[in-house]
Amino acid sequence: MSEALPGLQEAEIGRIFREEFGRSVATLTRVFGDLDVAEDAVQEAFALAVQSWPADGLPQNPGAWITSTARRRAIDRIRREARGRDLVAGIAEDATSLDPELHDGPTVHDDRLRLLFTCCHPALATEAQVALTLRLFGGLSTDEVGRAFLVEEATMAQRLVRAKRKIKAARIPYRVPEGRELEPRLRPVAAVLYLVYNAGAEHPPGGANRAGDLCFEALRLARLLVQLMPDEPEVLGLLALMLLCESRRGARFDESGGLVLLRDQDRGAWDRTSIEEGHALVRTCLRIARPGPYQLQAAIHAVHADAATFERTDWGQIVALYDQLLAVAPTPVVALNRAIAIGEVDGPARALSLVDQLELDGYPALHATRAELLARLGRDEEAQVAFERAAGLASSVAERKHLLGRARELGGA
Amino acid sequence: MPQYLLSVHSNECATQKPMSGEDMQAMMAKIFGLEADMKSSGTWVFGGKLHAPDTATVVRPGEGGTLTTDGPFAESKEHLGGFYIIEAPDLDAALKWADRVVDCIGAAIEVRPFAQQPQTSA
Repeated sequence: MSEALPGLQEAEIGRIFREEFGRSVATLTRVFGDLDVAEDAVQEAFALAVQSWPADGLPQNPGAWITSTARRRAIDRIRREARGRDLVAGIAEDATSLDPELHDGPTVHDDRLRLLFTCCHPALATEAQVALTLRLFGGLSTDEVGRAFLVEEATMAQRLVRAKRKIKAARIPYRVPEGRELEPRLRPVAAVLYLVYNAGAEHPPGGANRAGDLCFEALRLARLLVQLMPDEPEVLGLLALMLLCESRRGARFDESGGLVLLRDQDRGAWDRTSIEEGHALVRTCLRIARPGPYQLQAAIHAVHADAATFERTDWGQIVALYDQLLAVAPTPVVALNRAIAIGEVDGPARALSLVDQLELDGYPALHATRAELLARLGRDEEAQVAFERAAGLASSVAERKHLLGRARELGGA
Repeated sequence: MPQYLLSVHSNECATQKPMSGEDMQAMMAKIFGLEADMKSSGTWVFGGKLHAPDTATVVRPGEGGTLTTDGPFAESKEHLGGFYIIEAPDLDAALKWADRVVDCIGAAIEVRPFAQQPQTSA
């Protein structure tokens, strides 16, 4: 039944595993009630696949092969460990048969959501939520997760161990929150995926080797979340927001890796496929009519994507959307972005007076915005100081390059 | 059933507005209601409010015996003010009770699992 693939490379097996990892870990966690047992067993199945697939060919259903192989491994391990005898007795005896329910069907669908909600439980620190989500739900290796966040593999491994220990000790449950609980618990899930996307968006698109590119992984996981919760408008909004940001990622960087602002970007270089998919999702959200922060941000990006030039942007619409966003997410960062949009409608003096009321002194974008507004008002010396202040706070190389460049332009004028 | 410690850490330096008699009565009624619910649902294990930290005594190991001194244990602004020990099937269930405690007392609490399962619990 196998499709012979003699040239099957480890990288290709790795890609399949990344796709299937979360599904298998999720199912085995339900069956065995233990994340470590599930993770180790799926990892062992991967080692077996690397040995056998290149010779035997790709199994007809690789995902089912992984889940059933991992399940057998887990049962073997529990049998070896005396303490697990009772546990094994409770599991179906015929471990060799492949139960189709074990790999597909509504239970597995729920398993993956359970796993995601456990990884993003609010009792875990954000960095632990991110690490667990990428490792267990996303199937990235510990080393890959570490590299993405510039953390040593050993440190990342420690972080994962500590997080899993807390899940076990505090009994963070393996369940999908329901009713009134769902909305607050969905928030950290969306925040984790968006944080992963934004960590990737500090870099230009990587070209051919997309595995491990955090934007690519965040989009893959956001698509999966849409598939799992197709009726949640904020989930659709999150994917739309990522797609619309992604459509511009290539145009956001110049050849030397410096940041290119929205007003200076080559709009012809924006990716129309991502824009169309993002727009379609925004329209679906409008029909559902239960707006939330991600949907509103996506709608703002959709307006930008619609504009042929920066000057022809419908700034009135953008200000109206920011008013709505500020009502549901009253943060200084939203207020700052609203002030920028107001600046395009009412002029830089009005925007500057709004910006100067915000308490965001440690936020580089505040100083960069002040600097641009001051420059537009002809207050070059103050603008230069603000650009330098923003550059000193900026977290990414691309941003710092751009800001120091702007400071130099004004200094030389 | 797993047990959790719900501990109230009070800040002795915080200048608390003195409560009116009415407010105090309303708060006590709420707490009695909560504790009655904990008991009737089989959640309650133990709980209580502690005296102020300056009533504490510390006993520590010393040379040739223990050494007893005036407390509290840690020179800290925050002290354990009181606690509940509850039984709950998992953290989400414990957090629901924690929500109610916070709603009653209007202060932050810490929720921590006990390392051992109780011997006597069915």
